[in-house]
Amino acid sequence: MLNQIGAVIAKDLLVEWRSPVRTTAVLFFALAIVLLVAFSSGGGALKRQAASTLWMGLLLASTRSLDRSFQVELEQGALEGMVLWPVHPVALFYGKAIANTLVLWLVSLAITPFVIAIFDAPVKGNLPMFIGFLAVGCAAIAAPGTTFAAITSRARAASALLPVLLFPLVMPAMVASARGIGVLIEGDIMNQAPTWFGVVVAFAAVHWLFGPLFFRAVVEE
Amino acid sequence: MRAEHVLLVSGLVLFAAGQYMGLFWTPPEMHMGDAGRMLYTHVPPAILAMMAFMMASTFALLSLFSPRPRWDHGLVACVEVGVLHNFLLLALGSIWSKPTFGVWWAWEPRITFSTIMFVGFAGVLLLRQVVDDSDKRSLWSAVTTVMSSITVPLTYFVVTKVATLHQELSTPESLSAPMLLTLRVNLFAMVLLTLWFVAMRMRVAASRWADEAPPPLPVGVGGAQ
Repeated sequence: MLNQIGAVIAKDLLVEWRSPVRTTAVLFFALAIVLLVAFSSGGGALKRQAASTLWMGLLLASTRSLDRSFQVELEQGALEGMVLWPVHPVALFYGKAIANTLVLWLVSLAITPFVIAIFDAPVKGNLPMFIGFLAVGCAAIAAPGTTFAAITSRARAASALLPVLLFPLVMPAMVASARGIGVLIEGDIMNQAPTWFGVVVAFAAVHWLFGPLFFRAVVEE
Repeated sequence: MRAEHVLLVSGLVLFAAGQYMGLFWTPPEMHMGDAGRMLYTHVPPAILAMMAFMMASTFALLSLFSPRPRWDHGLVACVEVGVLHNFLLLALGSIWSKPTFGVWWAWEPRITFSTIMFVGFAGVLLLRQVVDDSDKRSLWSAVTTVMSSITVPLTYFVVTKVATLHQELSTPESLSAPMLLTLRVNLFAMVLLTLWFVAMRMRVAASRWADEAPPPLPVGVGGAQ
């Protein structure tokens, strides 16, 4: 099982390495959203908007990334081939979800310094927890996003459908992540960040644990 | 007379009675005055939306573990009626909010989570619109319904446990006897109308499923004799 998960991750990263169009496009998409919000705000309450803008950029960018991750599998029936090979659906889920998480981590790593600089929002609170929010928040998007992308990539109007299904589902994790990062930027005097972090971790844990059950049903039909 | 007709007629009669009681029979609410009468139309959709979504997720689980067309028919009926109730909940809540809180909308947890629930299940209906194959439509909507159903307990938790701008949850202890009776009549009426809608929608879904089914193979083809 672990070998299969490793093979799926390696395959996805190799595809990305050979033609890094997905990561590049997603990165610039996220950056454009950050810049658009920053310019349109005009500087008034910029620092307070930093956390929500960061997650808005990552969430919107994730839909492009997740969508693309399954589009490449559908070209020439690659997904069908993998299931028939056979790669276990659970391994396929974890492989794709981990690869999607890695792409989101890369994007978050690239845009976070921009957000901090543009919004003049240095982290005054616990820095490891700030990094933890980014890491677990991206994982909380990637797990349900992988299942939904597997569904919508084979439906009509896939690009419009994925955000409609994904956004309401991940909203609790996004709200908690934005609030957590927001209080960390302001110094977290009331020690609220650990509570928000707990919400994000619980959300991610549920979807990483039960996600394979749903994904299996989708790819095996 | 069929069972659905009984549900419809009794639901309409009770609904008319409930609306009359809410508008003319019960006294105005102590703090909100006549605006408080919105309680009788705002609370039933809130309860029924959550119940419909939980029923939909039960049908979805049944559909995943033992796929049968009837579970899919139940799922689509419950999601549709749940989305309708959720819309009524938000629209009526917004109308009630203006004279009581002074705003049409506030980004406070109860309203936000009710909206998230609405968008999530509306997405399931949207998904069904863009999938032509009935088996895939059934499976995918079951998966998305189960995944979206996490918003239902979250919304319930926020409504019951989190203190917000929204007033406290109405309970038999917090309402006078005429108000409680009126609320129960309206709730019961909407339960009957919801059951009628679900029964009729399941029948329509079954009819469409039969229309979409491929025609039987002619005699002698594929081993059939």
